[in-house]
Amino acid sequence: MTPALEVRDLHKVFGGLTVTNGVSLSVAAGERRLLIGPNGAGKTTLFNLITGDLRPTGGRILLFGTDITALAGRRRAHLGLARTYQIITLFPNETLRHNVMLALLGILPRRWNPLRRFDRDPALLAAAETVLDQVGLAHLALRQVRETAYGEQRRVEIALALAQRPRVLLLDEPFAGLSAQERRDVAALIGAIPPAMTVVMIEHDMDAALDLADRITLLDFGLVVVEGTRAEVVADARTRAVYLGG
Amino acid sequence: MKPLAIAAGLAALAALPLWMPGGSYDVNIASQVMIWAVFALGLNVLVGYAGLVSLGQAGLFGFACYVAAWLVAAGTAQWIAAIAAIGFTLVLSAVFAVLALRGTGISFLMITLTLGEIVWGIAQRWVSLTGGDNGISVSTRPAPFGISLDTATPFFYATFAMFVVMLGLVWRFVHSPLGVALRGTRDQPRRMGALGYNVWLIRFLGFLVSGFAAAVAGLFFFYYNEFASPYVLSLTTSAEVVLMVIAGGAATLLGPIVGAALVLGMQDVVSSYVAHWNLMLGAIFVAIILFMPEGLVPGLARLARRPGAAPAAPRPGAFGRTPS
Repeated sequence: MTPALEVRDLHKVFGGLTVTNGVSLSVAAGERRLLIGPNGAGKTTLFNLITGDLRPTGGRILLFGTDITALAGRRRAHLGLARTYQIITLFPNETLRHNVMLALLGILPRRWNPLRRFDRDPALLAAAETVLDQVGLAHLALRQVRETAYGEQRRVEIALALAQRPRVLLLDEPFAGLSAQERRDVAALIGAIPPAMTVVMIEHDMDAALDLADRITLLDFGLVVVEGTRAEVVADARTRAVYLGG
Repeated sequence: MKPLAIAAGLAALAALPLWMPGGSYDVNIASQVMIWAVFALGLNVLVGYAGLVSLGQAGLFGFACYVAAWLVAAGTAQWIAAIAAIGFTLVLSAVFAVLALRGTGISFLMITLTLGEIVWGIAQRWVSLTGGDNGISVSTRPAPFGISLDTATPFFYATFAMFVVMLGLVWRFVHSPLGVALRGTRDQPRRMGALGYNVWLIRFLGFLVSGFAAAVAGLFFFYYNEFASPYVLSLTTSAEVVLMVIAGGAATLLGPIVGAALVLGMQDVVSSYVAHWNLMLGAIFVAIILFMPEGLVPGLARLARRPGAAPAAPRPGAFGRTPS
């Protein structure tokens, strides 16, 4: 079966610094994959390469068998790739509903329409309502993002990605900076993502993330060090050496 | 803004020739304000909604003015000259956009400044084509549907009709999916790309909308003056229209109109009574920056809502964080 996401011998060099040093990984359709590794291991750079924010120095990226290595980032969104950001990247002066509607619009042809009223598009309004309901924020639909709590903004981040019904969803530290209760809420939200959607997640919070993962990939110095099931990776001596400090 | 308030404002504007105390002089000033307001509304699409400050917009405004003047002086029919002026200015806008959108922030500003100066230099130096410092003058205004625009009131109403149409188009554009996307590229260009938007193309189209407004305003500026001179292409003109947008309130529809009225009012009305009107205008701008950095329209709205409230944080992109 064709993997949902495949990375082959991916390299990224910034000047003299090699950040991604031949990463290869294959994520099956519907799989929940957790990427772990110490700071500077190249996890977010790998996401940026997959989404097209960065151009790789070498290697290939395939989405459901289609080579997307040379494809612009915006085109990858249209092929079913969506992401969230480690640092919240929302439209702070707009309402939550506006943010989600903008995400919904991004993959529709009518995003080019220069005359139709955006804020009165009934289909977009209804879809935004559904997505906000899905992330438990429907009651805040008309509140500006900057007036919401950090934990709510984290959920809006996920809402923007979910709105596009991606085939592959990349979550970059979705639990970062959240309280225990907020982590539980976000974990429940991620747990409720439809099984058909492939999820690749970077996360440092092992307690929250391990339960969500089918397989785990450990990165260090831009290389895949260990890959396997939760039990395999945790039991591996290399994991303890580079990550768990054992 | 409520539709009723807009309709009332437009009705008051339409009735202006009936009650202006200064007669045709005041009516002419009102026509000029509307022309500059359309120019400023167009620039506001870039400055306010795209977060891209252009200092070369006079190059487009003046180019439309010159094309129309040159063609009319050569004996071309007014309507053909009008279409050609707008069409060629759109092409020049596309050229400006392709070159200027290689950068954002200060780079964009400097490239547009350079492009504007090139057009100004050509107008100044290519004397055989442009008349150099003397410019190109004609002695006729168009007469749509047989109505002569030679006197102040008919010209006012022709300008008013153009103003209403352009205001409607810009209003529609900024509330459309494309206009909202343009605002998105101002605030979070990276996210917009990740969401599937072509950030460059959206900015390019925003530039064309802005260029279209500059062309229409430039055309009416030519009709009003029956003259095209290098002054209209100068950096001073570009800077003045940027000031109109900033003083009135970027990313608002009313702001550029108020800004245009303020600058034109100082230039044409206050200058009759005060020798150093430039000094007064400067002082007003300083006061706006100090007390209403978001511009007059949003600033007054803020004071009306909550007297004494501090100014809102500047919108990202336009004058705050530089978009990438």
